[in-house]
Amino acid sequence: MAMLYDIKLTIDYSFQTPAAGARQILHAMPLTLAGRQRLIAGSVDIDPEPAVRRDRDDFFGNRLTEMAFAEPHNNIVITLKARVEVTGGAEPGSASVDLPTLVKALEVETDLASRSPLHFLASSPYARPVEAIADWARSFARPGRQCGDIVADLGLALNREMRFDAEATTVSTPAAEAFANRHGVCQDFTHIMIIALRSLGVPSGYVSGYLRTLPPPGKERLEGADAMHAWVSAWCGPGVGWVEYDPTNAVFAGTDHIVVAYGRDYADVAPVRGAMRTAGGQTSNQSVDVIPVGE
Amino acid sequence: MPNSAIVRNPDWPSILKGYSALPGVPDELLREDGSVRPEWVSLIAHLEGLSPDERERAFARGAQYLRDAGVFVRHYGEEKSPRDWPMSPVPVIQPASEWKALGEGLAERAELLEEVVADLYGENRLVEQGHLPAGLIASNPEWLRPLIGVKPASGHFLHFLAFEIGRGSDGSWWVLGDRTQAPSGAGYALENRVASVRAFPGYYSGSNVERLASFFRGFRDGLNAMRREEGSRAGILTPGPMNETYFEHAYIARYLGMMLLEGDDLVVDDGRLMVRTVSGPKPISVLWRRMDAAWADPLELEASSRLGTPGLLGAVRSQGVTMINALGAGVLESRAFLAFMPRLSEVLHGKPLAVPNIATWWCGGEAERDHVRANAADMLIGPANSTSLPLEFEPGAVLRGDMSELGLDLDTWLASQGRNLVGQELVSLSTTPTWEDGGLKPRPMRIRVFMARTREGWQLMPGGFARLAATSRDPSAVSLRSGGTVADVWVVSDKPVPEDSMLTHTEDVFVRTSPGLLPSRAADNLFWLGRYVERAEGQMRLTRAYMSRLPETPAGGTPLMSRVEAYLDDHGLDKDEGVPDAIERTIAAAVNAANQVRDRFSVDAWASLADLERTVGNMRKTVLTGDDAASAMGVLLRKITGFSGLVHENMYRFSGWRFLTIGRSLERAIGMADLLSSFAEWSGPHGGFELCVEVGDSVMTHRRRYPVAASRDTVVDLLALDPLNPRSIAFQIDEIRDQVSLLPGADVNGQLSVLSRAVLRVQAELSVNTPQSLDQTKLVDLRQAIGLLTNDLHSQFLD
Repeated sequence: MAMLYDIKLTIDYSFQTPAAGARQILHAMPLTLAGRQRLIAGSVDIDPEPAVRRDRDDFFGNRLTEMAFAEPHNNIVITLKARVEVTGGAEPGSASVDLPTLVKALEVETDLASRSPLHFLASSPYARPVEAIADWARSFARPGRQCGDIVADLGLALNREMRFDAEATTVSTPAAEAFANRHGVCQDFTHIMIIALRSLGVPSGYVSGYLRTLPPPGKERLEGADAMHAWVSAWCGPGVGWVEYDPTNAVFAGTDHIVVAYGRDYADVAPVRGAMRTAGGQTSNQSVDVIPVGE
Repeated sequence: MPNSAIVRNPDWPSILKGYSALPGVPDELLREDGSVRPEWVSLIAHLEGLSPDERERAFARGAQYLRDAGVFVRHYGEEKSPRDWPMSPVPVIQPASEWKALGEGLAERAELLEEVVADLYGENRLVEQGHLPAGLIASNPEWLRPLIGVKPASGHFLHFLAFEIGRGSDGSWWVLGDRTQAPSGAGYALENRVASVRAFPGYYSGSNVERLASFFRGFRDGLNAMRREEGSRAGILTPGPMNETYFEHAYIARYLGMMLLEGDDLVVDDGRLMVRTVSGPKPISVLWRRMDAAWADPLELEASSRLGTPGLLGAVRSQGVTMINALGAGVLESRAFLAFMPRLSEVLHGKPLAVPNIATWWCGGEAERDHVRANAADMLIGPANSTSLPLEFEPGAVLRGDMSELGLDLDTWLASQGRNLVGQELVSLSTTPTWEDGGLKPRPMRIRVFMARTREGWQLMPGGFARLAATSRDPSAVSLRSGGTVADVWVVSDKPVPEDSMLTHTEDVFVRTSPGLLPSRAADNLFWLGRYVERAEGQMRLTRAYMSRLPETPAGGTPLMSRVEAYLDDHGLDKDEGVPDAIERTIAAAVNAANQVRDRFSVDAWASLADLERTVGNMRKTVLTGDDAASAMGVLLRKITGFSGLVHENMYRFSGWRFLTIGRSLERAIGMADLLSSFAEWSGPHGGFELCVEVGDSVMTHRRRYPVAASRDTVVDLLALDPLNPRSIAFQIDEIRDQVSLLPGADVNGQLSVLSRAVLRVQAELSVNTPQSLDQTKLVDLRQAIGLLTNDLHSQFLD
């Protein structure tokens, strides 16, 4: 069933000492994906007005906004509004293949365009190989098992073993540590699953996006709905292509999931990447509302 | 025929007794028939003509130069730099005709690399057509996705390359590795040249050795020609003094007369790259980077980088700056490319490689994998995307099929990891002579050669940086992995070569160029260098005054000595140490500041500062308190004033020197105000006035100016108020005011800057006082007011 959402994201930065020359890249605008979701309208407001602002697409086809501030500011507020229609999810169909077939398919791949699975196999800054994760993943690669099933089995097992804990980890906690302690947030769940799948030879990447804030009547509220969310995309062979699995909630991405950006890991798609010369500390607040329209 | 069988005539040089080529390996010095190659004849004769003493002295002169230049002073970095290997005094000699042919071949290779990298960041047809495996490119960490589709402003990705080459058993040159990211070593080659010229001064000038200067001039002129807008500059981007090759960056910057910049010196303003200078932001449009691309911009590349410039990629994208080489060009350094270069040459140039590279097989293909498996005993097998040379140590690599480290067998490894592995043939390399035990000995060698894109096309540097193995036991390339020496490379023409240096530039009319811009960070370091050196001097004078009084101090102490002890303690100086730790720390801070602006000092000035640091370190171990310490302080004071003298006598009187001078004067004024406020009390302990005069280095002046013993009036007059005494506070404030008024932005639209006003206020305050009215409270206030000038200076120029 098609869903219509109004999304509002507010990011509020405060600097102890006014920061001159702040420069940021924002990755927060939902994508338009054929047969999946459509961006109907979207806007990004920045207060104060940056000296330079540029909107463009990155290598992976994600929309980004670059901003640079000339004057020192104590406070920067970014407000994104978007209306998105979501018509489908990203579950595996029936044409999935087993792992040896997948490996063969990748060997003959010559495409290096933005959605080529080849970008999502090698080590990346937040998803470097971890032996303990590879050992754990091996049991899911039983001979003859289809790739889509491996993704679902592995993701479900991870969800059961991990404890969601918003306080236990930070953006810079290594996946190995989050895995060893079996706790973390969506970002940790996602990186661990990416490392696990890549260790099996399954191309997998990081999806950043939004979740609907309030569940439909009678359903439980999803974890991660009050901030930007993250899940995994995995390539299951030329027939199936990319599927998306949300290990934090143990579901394939459906019409509750709204895609913002695809990347190899968090570093490629962090909602805000920034740099400034500032002596003091900074604090930031993020709030997200994803409201179904007309429900 | 083994060379040892050759019967040599009686005038065979004695230094060549014991020298013979290794079996099956070409030698640079000897032909196959055992005779000396013509380009070596005159150097061998020269060496033979020297007495053993003269030879030792000649070699020592070369080594001395490198030591004086501070080349061997190593800092911080964990990684080994090429400079951990000492220099072999005998150059590697190459005939100009052969070098010319090598240059033409390598120019073709450079062009090929340019076409490949342009394709990888452009249409990607080589991958699409199957000439390069897509998976290999996708997993290459230097294929930087944010730069895909970005065209370089100059139209070229590559401008300065290094090739690691070695001579194979067939006598021809082989490329062991391409260096396309930010190749280092050209500066080391320059230093080695200076050192080898020192070793053979009389010989070198008449020896037809091609000079290096024109190569660098051509490259620099090429850089300047690429500047985009009128008045914009070209600079060198360094990761800073923590980098193991920083010395070389500073050396090259000084040699070429280019600004040495760190990421923090640069800002991006609406697509333009600017240098933050003491005169405000100034445009820069060409950057020769000595920094790996990943660190260049924390906003779009490695987020944790503190070395980069946020937004640099934006400036690159809008073609506001040309990077030498383009960010992302490091993709070609991956050793797997060597497996594809022969094919790429056929595809793109329609002919085989002019200079072949070491045979390499990517184990992603079945036939190649089988070949590597069958020949593993003669190969090095390692990570396909590694940028290490086949002769450098690297974890995860397997030599001659020895799998013991990896804990799995070769077949399994190749079968499971093949796509990530390459096998490389272990080539044997030619030998060249080094000097050992009173004679020449053959050593396997490789050379790093440099190519620059100039307005006349690719030019090969007529020289290079040679690495010699420690022993001749194993002529294969891997023996160069550890130890050994480095050597200069002489390209010898059969015609006389013109004298040349960066100073001779006959084809152009002489123009006095405007002095360079002073980046704010450099100004900051110069300011603090001035302060630290002056602070160290003050600490030494104070320590000397205490230590020299110690032997005559009665057991119970004196009121003055107790006061001095308290003062030393306040200033972090431990009275129980002959050479207090605080002095060593202050000098270390001075060295650190100087190191960050190393491009601005002469070799002599640097050597003198390094000598001071070394001496303090040694003295700390041996010097005892009392007279011993007092005389040690005398030695240190002479050394530190030697450094100050070199700097102040020789430094060009422009902004950089002004910041250094302001730092020195400020520190000296603060020190004096401190001293007077503690020891020039009307009713202070006996001897306090004399101590002030002594620490203020004004004993002679005092004697001459005042026919009476030191009193509070004479001391405060001479050391605080007398504008003619170079040790007085008034003198320092006048100096600061003069220098500040000459700095950019001294006045803003006719109105004095905040700093100028603050200096003027201190000056006025001093000038209206007399020794009587300048009481202890006022001295304390004065000290504070002078200290606050640092803040005003910072906010005007250095933030």
